[in-house]
Amino acid sequence: MGKLDGKVAVITGGARGQGRSHAVTLAREGADIVICDIAAQIDTVPYPMSTPEDLEETKRLVEDLDRRCVAVQADVRDGAQMQAVAERAMSEFGRIDILLANAGIAGFASGGSWELTDEQWRDMIDTNLTGVWQSCKAVIPHMIAGGRGGSIVITSSTAGLKGFAGTGHYVAAKHGVVGLMRTLAIELAPHNIRVNTVHPTGVNTPMVVNDAIAQMLGDNPSAIANLLPVEMLEPVDISNAILWLVSDDARYVTGVTLPVDAGFTVR
Amino acid sequence: MGKLDGKVAVITGGARGQGRSHAVTLAREGADIVVCDIAAQIASVPFPMGTIEQLQETVQLVEDLDRRCVAVQADVRDAAQVKAVVDRALSEFGKVDILLANAGIGSFSSVVDMTDEQWDDVINTNLKGVFNAMRAVLPHMIERRSGRIVATSSMAGRVGMPNIAHYAAAKWGVIGLVKSVALEVAQYGITVNAVCPTTVNTDMIHNEATYKLFRPDLENPTAEDALAAFSGLNVLPIPWVEAQDISNAILFLVSDDARYITGTAVEVAAGMNARTAA
Repeated sequence: MGKLDGKVAVITGGARGQGRSHAVTLAREGADIVICDIAAQIDTVPYPMSTPEDLEETKRLVEDLDRRCVAVQADVRDGAQMQAVAERAMSEFGRIDILLANAGIAGFASGGSWELTDEQWRDMIDTNLTGVWQSCKAVIPHMIAGGRGGSIVITSSTAGLKGFAGTGHYVAAKHGVVGLMRTLAIELAPHNIRVNTVHPTGVNTPMVVNDAIAQMLGDNPSAIANLLPVEMLEPVDISNAILWLVSDDARYVTGVTLPVDAGFTVR
Repeated sequence: MGKLDGKVAVITGGARGQGRSHAVTLAREGADIVVCDIAAQIASVPFPMGTIEQLQETVQLVEDLDRRCVAVQADVRDAAQVKAVVDRALSEFGKVDILLANAGIGSFSSVVDMTDEQWDDVINTNLKGVFNAMRAVLPHMIERRSGRIVATSSMAGRVGMPNIAHYAAAKWGVIGLVKSVALEVAQYGITVNAVCPTTVNTDMIHNEATYKLFRPDLENPTAEDALAAFSGLNVLPIPWVEAQDISNAILFLVSDDARYITGTAVEVAAGMNARTAA
């Protein structure tokens, strides 16, 4: 008996990294899964993004746990594509209980944030902030119509709680989703739909472990030094926090910004 | 197989209410338990406090789960008594893995009318009591280079609240204490966090004095009279949460699932926190 038996979860950015770990963790607790991912490159992103093969691999990992998984190639920046993901979830499973707005990209300026290009700024805000809103916009009407409540977890960052040099676009987007979360928490409480954010420090995923980020950190090695003696978290650490938030164990937890950051933001 | 098999937890304020719920929840996951409670009245507190019989009942509930439970009558305001609780835990179980600094009291008055006794009792119990418990257990946790501490703050530690300024000051103080200690002991792999409940369905709120805080307009307010006022604090459509909801959050924080969460304050507050700036 799992904590999420009979539930259906939509997870954006599910091809790899944290999104894949969330899919497997929620499936292990009994949920059926709908994942989407752009599974393609965005030009301004300075590391390789996911592929359709990655997306298929997540689907296989969920199915290995005897849960159903629908994988859709979709770009969170595009409202029509996110509507299609939500409609696909409804046609396959008839309900959506959980939304994990996890899809995100990273990037940084060559100098200060005023030196970001317009394209860098646009792609970041469109993906990490507008993409979260498009995901919520597509899913929430189905949650409300279902009348069974629901749980939304948005993946913010330690950069959603404090500033980081050279990443004004990322910091702005990750702060922005906190404002969206707090507002949705108030708006959706009458429907028993809970909305929270998680704020990871550096996680061992392809978004962080790559040459471009290594070069940035090489210039500023203390930028992601944690308080607890751990260099980088594993995706499962974020999944565990999300599992708690979406389960009945946290039935009255909403509007919360939960750091999973080895104490990073305490300093 | 529980999430806390082989662990030992010390819980202050364990005679009833949230502390008792925490004891039972952690025991169900395999932990042995040491509970303490003043189990006596403090004169400035306008509702009945825990009793020796209630403390013994917590022991019974833990033992019913086939876990061991030691109960000690102790006042968290007194550092020597708190140290004796930790010493007893070490002599009975050989270690302490988890501290839940849960003991707390309340009383009601505007600052203008507040007595020294009201201020001192709330600050010494709700803030210094947390400090006393942390200080008593930390040398042992540092030596073992492991430990989990959760202090019970409150939504009154996130916002101002009229007629409980001493309580709010103590609960804000707990969060400052938690964040500072988290910085001091992270190098030893010890995590320190706070939980911030909204109103919880315990004896601490179900009494006429608390109803009166929420309905000062009525001479003898009842639970029903206070219900709408309680609900008005929350965003989710409920008047209060259950003690079990706080226990669930604490279980998450002390388990390996939250091994890298430290220095934070988790609101279990039915969304009241979505309206605050903290």
